[in-house]
Amino acid sequence: MPSLKDLRNRIASVKATQKITKAMQMVAAAKLRRAQEAAEAARPYSERMGSVLANITQAIGGGGDAPALMTGTGKDDVHLLVVCTAERGLCGGFNSQIARLARDHIRKLLADGKQVKIICVGKKGFDILRRDYASLIIDRVDLREVKTLGFVNADAIAKKVIHLFNEGGFDICTLFYSQFKSVISQIPTAQQIIPAGVASAQAEVTDGGNAVYEYEPEPGEILSDLIPRNISVQVFRALLENAAGEMGAKMSAMDNATRNAGEMINKLSITYNRQRQAQITKELIEIISGAEAL
Amino acid sequence: MAEAFKFELVSPERLLVSEQVESVVIPGAEGEMTVMAHHAPVMTTIKPGVVTVKTSAGGEERYVVFGGFADIVPAGCTLLAESAVAVKDVDRADLARRIQEAKEDAADAKDDQARSKAEQFLSQLTTLEGAILPA
Repeated sequence: MPSLKDLRNRIASVKATQKITKAMQMVAAAKLRRAQEAAEAARPYSERMGSVLANITQAIGGGGDAPALMTGTGKDDVHLLVVCTAERGLCGGFNSQIARLARDHIRKLLADGKQVKIICVGKKGFDILRRDYASLIIDRVDLREVKTLGFVNADAIAKKVIHLFNEGGFDICTLFYSQFKSVISQIPTAQQIIPAGVASAQAEVTDGGNAVYEYEPEPGEILSDLIPRNISVQVFRALLENAAGEMGAKMSAMDNATRNAGEMINKLSITYNRQRQAQITKELIEIISGAEAL
Repeated sequence: MAEAFKFELVSPERLLVSEQVESVVIPGAEGEMTVMAHHAPVMTTIKPGVVTVKTSAGGEERYVVFGGFADIVPAGCTLLAESAVAVKDVDRADLARRIQEAKEDAADAKDDQARSKAEQFLSQLTTLEGAILPA
C-alpha cells in the first residue's frame, strides 16, 4: 500500500502530465486549423491542374508524343515508394497506419519478385521502415526544419523523383500518405503518380472538354512541362493532407490522454482520501484506547 | 468600357486573384499577350514575368509570376503560376536567390539543350529583375 506522501506525489505528477497533454491538444487544434486552411487554399490549383491536364491529354489523344512520365517505361520491375509521414510522434496511430500500408505493399511487391526502393519523407516513417527494410531505403527527406510547408518543399521531392526516373531508377512510383477525412479519421492512401493515371484524366474530360484549344507552344511541349509540375502538385497535396491529418490525429490522441489523466486523478484521489480517513480513524482509536486505559 | 471576364490567378499555395477584369497581360512563352473577353481558347506556358491585370473597377494590379500555365477560354482566364506575388511584395533577396540558382543550373547543365534552356530561363529572370526593380 503506497503511503499518503507517495499518493500525493503521484497525483501531482499526473496533474502535471494532464496539463501538458491539454496544452498539446490546444496547440494541435490551432495548428490543425491552419493546416486545414492551407490544404483548402491549395485545392483550386490542383483542381485546375487536373482539368488542364485532362484537356491536353484529350488534345494529343493520349498516345504518340506523350512523355514517358505519363506513359511509363512499359515495365513494372522496379517500384519506388515515397512514404510521407509526420516528423513527430504522439499522434496516435497516424504514422504506424501509413507505415503499415507501405509495409504490406512492400511485402507484396517483394513476394512478386519486384525490386523496391523507398524514399522516406518524415522521420517517423523512416524510423519504422528502417527496422525491416533498411537496405531498400535510398533517400530520406527531412522536413523538421520547415515551419510552414511551401510548394518548394514538395517541388524538391518531386524533382528528386523525376530525376531518378529519368535515370531509369524505377518504373512505377507510388505515393503513400494519409488522406485527411476528418479530425478523427485519416485514411492511409497509396496513390500511383508515375506513370500518371491517363485513364482517370480522360474520364474527367467528358464534362467540359469540347473547346478547341490553340496551343502555344505545341501540346506535347506543354505536356512535358505540365506533367512534372503535376507530380509536384500531387506531392504537395499529399504533404498538406498529411500535415492536417497529423494535427487531427494528435488532437484526438491528446484529448484521449487528457481524459485518461483525469480518470487516473479521480481514482488516485479516492484512494488518497480513503487512506487519509483510515489514518485519522486509526489515530482516534489510539487516542481513545489510550484514554480508556488510564 | 470593355466587357469584363473572369480572371483567376492561382499559385500552389493559394488563390491570389479571382475577379472580373477588363484585360490581362500575360507573359506567354512565345511573347506577351493581352487577353480580353471572348478570347479564343488558348493554352500556353508562361515565362517568368509580370502579369498586369486591369480590373473592371478601373484599377491596375501587377503580379510577378515565375513560370506556369495559362488556360484561356472565351468565358475566362485561369493562370496557374508556379509561384506568384504582387509586385509590391516582391522580395529582392528571393529574386536574387532564384537568379543565383538559375546561374548554377546553367553552369551544371550536362548537354547543350539543357544549358540553353537554363540560360534562357536565367535571361528571363534577369529581364524580370530589371523590369520590376527601379535601378
